[in-house]
Amino acid sequence: MSEQEARPVAEIVDALYRAESRQVLATLIRLLGDFEAAEEALHDAFAAAVEQWGRDGVPANPRAWLVSTGRFKAIDGMRRRARFDASLTEFAKQLETAATEPEEPDEESVEDDRLRLIFTCCHPALSPDAQVAMTLREVCGLTTEEIARAFLAAPPAIAQRIVRAKAKIRDARIPYVVPSEADLPARLDAVLRVIYLVFNEGYSSSSGDSLLRHDLSGEAIRLGRLLIRLLPEPEAMGLLALMLLHDSRRAARTSPTGDLILLENQNRRLWNREQIAEGTTLVERALSTGRIGPYGIQAAIAAVHAGAPDPAATDWVQIVALYDVLMRADPSPVVELNRAVAVAMRDDPSAGLALIDAILERGDLTNYHLTHAARADLCRRLGRTADARVSYELALKLSRQEPERRFLRRRLDELSESGKRD
Amino acid sequence: MKYLCLVYVEEKILHAMPQQERVALSDESMAYCEGLRKQGQLLAASPLHPVETATTVRVRDGKASTTDGPFAETKEQLGGFLMIDVRDLNDAIRVATQFPAARLGCVEVRPMKELGCA
Repeated sequence: MSEQEARPVAEIVDALYRAESRQVLATLIRLLGDFEAAEEALHDAFAAAVEQWGRDGVPANPRAWLVSTGRFKAIDGMRRRARFDASLTEFAKQLETAATEPEEPDEESVEDDRLRLIFTCCHPALSPDAQVAMTLREVCGLTTEEIARAFLAAPPAIAQRIVRAKAKIRDARIPYVVPSEADLPARLDAVLRVIYLVFNEGYSSSSGDSLLRHDLSGEAIRLGRLLIRLLPEPEAMGLLALMLLHDSRRAARTSPTGDLILLENQNRRLWNREQIAEGTTLVERALSTGRIGPYGIQAAIAAVHAGAPDPAATDWVQIVALYDVLMRADPSPVVELNRAVAVAMRDDPSAGLALIDAILERGDLTNYHLTHAARADLCRRLGRTADARVSYELALKLSRQEPERRFLRRRLDELSESGKRD
Repeated sequence: MKYLCLVYVEEKILHAMPQQERVALSDESMAYCEGLRKQGQLLAASPLHPVETATTVRVRDGKASTTDGPFAETKEQLGGFLMIDVRDLNDAIRVATQFPAARLGCVEVRPMKELGCA
């Protein structure tokens, strides 16, 4: 085999690994019933591909070839180990019987396997941290080192988390299945929560390597796309729409020096029109099912913002109406706070301020910096400078993120300056 | 796959319950277990006497010591158990979720290792 012939095959295998390794893995886990064995089989299959395809040519259906080669390699390995551990003999035989039945993995069964993998990684019997790590490792194919870097954790800690999760899947027998219809809504919620967590880890946090964190948002959007292809549920569409609409503002939401820029002050020409169009279409699709949930409603709110050519053109009437729907679907003090800010924009600052004060008087959100920042802003707009100062200072005391703290300090300075002018 | 479902409840809550409610809860639990037994999913089940009757035994450096009370003092106490044989964790979770006491306390689902001595 000459150097020239070997190169293209290596390239083909590389490209296949990037595009198909997760699908092949998902199917191998089902066939072998074990994550570790499937991963080993996956690597053996790709190693065999490099060797054999250079000699015999690339097979007509590379994915099917990889699956069946991986399975036979696993059976071989088990037979070899069976010489030392008799309990494996029976298992290897069982697998072999199953393997002789020709299986051409059709598109549908491949997609079912991917869904099985997603639901298993996001099984509620695993800790939330483990769900995130497993999803990024097994579904997205990130390495342990990449996950550790993105979450500012030590690689051994992430590796340990993944090992423990796999052990629990095996020992507690977490099944490799798509949940039954009765369990689906709750289980889908868990999957959506994992995806949104990954997205926010990449989007909101100001710490760590921003480039890597950006990758996490991209990974979450890819996961969201995969999920709605496999399972076009309205809330999955809603979540993908929400992520796209948030992400569309990425370039506009921070200054070159890393300072936060509020929605009303963002340069809307920097917003990503393609993402807005895709997100808005998805919101409409989710709405048309009549089964919209909290993610879809939040996406609808983001879509209204995205549709305004300038801040003054924002349709606050519709935004308040959507917050009313959200309050019924998923009531929380934070939603109430956001609704109060929207009411302030629709009516006047004092109307919003009354709603925020009612939340605080009830004892909710008193330690949440954004409550005080919002209150401060409304007081400032009402000319109640002293009240504004107290609230900005409270917000500053409670805020942990540096860009936010810089923003609050800037506001406080502006208050002092306008105070001097008065 | 065998699972041991450990049922934890706050004994205070049980004690504070009117007699009638307690009897109803007990009847519902018995009926539920009977249903599981008929489906071949129940290996054994029993409520336990209150935690004051518990004795903890340990052996350290070859010396046995016996102490009054449970191993750990917690808000909720082990009130009973179900030993079930079902296909996988999803089925075990379903069985545990539908057990009446899950509404009062919680049920810890533990997979059992194959090498028992029964």
